[in-house]
Amino acid sequence: MKAIRSQTLLWVAQRASAAVLGACVVVHLATIIYAVRGGLSGAEILARTRGNGTWFAFYSLFVLAVTVHAPIGLRAVLIEWLGWRGRSRDVVLFAFAMLLGAMGMRAVFAVFA
Amino acid sequence: MRQGSSWWVALVHRLSGIALALFLPAHFWFLGHGLEMDSLLKWTEQPAVKVAEWGIVVLLAAHLGGGLRVLALEFLPWRDWQKSLAAVAAALTVGCGLALALAL
Amino acid sequence: MTPLRVRIWRGGVQGVFREYEVPRHESQTVLDVVTHVQRQLDPTLAYRYACRVGMCGSCAMTVNGRPRWTCRTHVDKVAQGGRLEVAPLRNLPVIRDLVADMREFFDKWARAKGQFRGSATRKDAFARISPASEQRRLADAAIECIGCGVCHAACDVVAWSPDYLGPAALNRAWTLFNDERDTAQAERLRAVAGDAGCHSCHTHMSCTDRCPKQLSPTAGIAGLKRATLKAALRGEL
Repeated sequence: MKAIRSQTLLWVAQRASAAVLGACVVVHLATIIYAVRGGLSGAEILARTRGNGTWFAFYSLFVLAVTVHAPIGLRAVLIEWLGWRGRSRDVVLFAFAMLLGAMGMRAVFAVFA
Repeated sequence: MRQGSSWWVALVHRLSGIALALFLPAHFWFLGHGLEMDSLLKWTEQPAVKVAEWGIVVLLAAHLGGGLRVLALEFLPWRDWQKSLAAVAAALTVGCGLALALAL
Repeated sequence: MTPLRVRIWRGGVQGVFREYEVPRHESQTVLDVVTHVQRQLDPTLAYRYACRVGMCGSCAMTVNGRPRWTCRTHVDKVAQGGRLEVAPLRNLPVIRDLVADMREFFDKWARAKGQFRGSATRKDAFARISPASEQRRLADAAIECIGCGVCHAACDVVAWSPDYLGPAALNRAWTLFNDERDTAQAERLRAVAGDAGCHSCHTHMSCTDRCPKQLSPTAGIAGLKRATLKAALRGEL
């Protein structure tokens, strides 16, 4: 794939995941503020989240969007502020994406499954 | 000020993004404990942790505000008020920070 | 009026700021100050200007850290406590003193396919373009660029990534993208996409803030982002 085509598609993926995250973050922040105001304990939170299919799906989508968005965001920082212009940069970012995805899904299973 | 408001919002957007990207693995590690969460949740009751949690939420709100500004600039038809989006982003951040501060 | 103390960059990449004392006048511009130094104090000072009335953009320099047209910058607006600092434009090689090498600036213009390519000949009738059409209005909003280099100097992304085409080149590509007569659209979109092109713009809007013609390269670059998005999704990139 030509470089400009792949770079353009990275930008597209960044904006698309940003739109998804925009919605997810609003829901997430509202939920956190609600939980904090309600003074929910760990057990109380887990009682509401365990086995909940909707929340499981929602947070799985959240993790997927983050796995796309965070590494592409860091890519610009690594190029522009660290001057990292080689291919190794994208390899490291892909590994970071895999790490986020794995740890994220582990968390989703722990809380919602 | 030497730089325009868009420059500052873009800087906050980038710095908050970096901070959130570094925070996420720790966040996921913490949540991955599931059942054993109660003992870890006790740790989160320390005031320093509460302040840090508030800080993370503010960073998230700031990043969201800055991100909405970028999406508006890039996808909505261009109007002069597009330049004022920086103010909207900042307002969103402050609003969210206050909401959480009141809740905590 | 107390004399002005002005620090002026002397040298190339290596150099120093040398201080000169210049008499103050009413309605004095920074160009007046630099001209006084070269004519009365130090004839070895190298600098550029032409029209001196804010039409040509040749006198663009860095004044107290900001890129501006020195002929349109009044000393009382910028002198801080009777002091002033003048340097060459940022993000371009320095030939000598206040003179920047503009070649890369215009090379980027060419790399962004900033030249018109039509298909008509003198034997064909005139193209009929309505000035009120959406495309023409978009082109006209960006067409007044005179290539002064201020936006390119103001852009941090150019400073961080020297290969970045920059606001002026991309703005020009945008005006041609909106020119119905142009036949090089596919190549142009390929030229302005990717890391060296529009996708590296982070909407700092320093270009829009500093442009002496009040243009908004950010707006044009956003348009190019949308155009390259469509092309990429259609497999045309």
